[in-house]
Amino acid sequence: MTDTSATARNFISALPHSHALGMQLEAIGAGQATIAMPYDPALVGDPETGVIHGGAVSALMDTACGAAVMSHPQAGISTATLDLRIDYMRPATPGQTIRTRAECHHVTRSVAFVRAVATDDDESRPVAMATGAFTVERKG
Amino acid sequence: MRPPPEPVHVVKQRREALLRSLVEGVPYIRFLGVQFDRRGDELTAVLPFKDSLIGNPRLPALHGGATAAFLEIAAMIELSWSTLWEGVEADGALPEGPLRLPKTIDFTVDYLRSGLPRDAYARARVNRSGRRYASVHVEAWQDNRSRLFAQATGHFLMPPAAPK
Repeated sequence: MTDTSATARNFISALPHSHALGMQLEAIGAGQATIAMPYDPALVGDPETGVIHGGAVSALMDTACGAAVMSHPQAGISTATLDLRIDYMRPATPGQTIRTRAECHHVTRSVAFVRAVATDDDESRPVAMATGAFTVERKG
Repeated sequence: MRPPPEPVHVVKQRREALLRSLVEGVPYIRFLGVQFDRRGDELTAVLPFKDSLIGNPRLPALHGGATAAFLEIAAMIELSWSTLWEGVEADGALPEGPLRLPKTIDFTVDYLRSGLPRDAYARARVNRSGRRYASVHVEAWQDNRSRLFAQATGHFLMPPAAPK
């Protein structure tokens, strides 16, 4: 993946909520984005197991999907989520970074369609998957 | 003769203790700053605004992920609360042992308008709760209860029933 969109990269580092969750943009370009969220005890949802809360995974999915849209050549510079569905396949292993790869696979004049997969260290067994629809902002 | 009604402070203490047992131990609920208002058995989740919830600083608007997380917390707490309520009211005591929370199977968020940089509120309704699965709908608003800014539906896997 190549760095084709400095705008999107800078924009993500300036997202206060994504920054608060410790997210790191690892790759972006041509409608695809990879964002990592290192393990943080503050994000735990079940204190008995130490598993990260689904809400934090949702935030990671939403950020990665939005970044994928913004990096798409036809989708413009800004976007907002219309709809996001997340399937939680298994708990993320405590202590491991969660990494989301999002792909904006179709863009119309008004809507961008996105899918994403979240994994931990065991990349063969996804932690969660997402599908979403995002707005396409018209320039000018 | 009917036994005298329980003193109101005993009832309130028990219900507040149940609510605290669901909310206080979860680090992520503290991280987001979500609180719960209780009126009888009705819960309202409150997300006090803070700068770290912002997604787009130019608008500014709440991050879609913060909204999703808020809705998921509201749904999951309502589900646990409504599952435990009857037993706690009947027994007059909190359940023993560690708290076992439902697990999210899927969660679908419908973003209706952008979240403004101010407090948000959410109420969840358990549409179906069986032994293994539950379906929960949740609605969120800011200034105006009838103008929702987001809603969501989620399915949850119930924890195994505690041995009696």
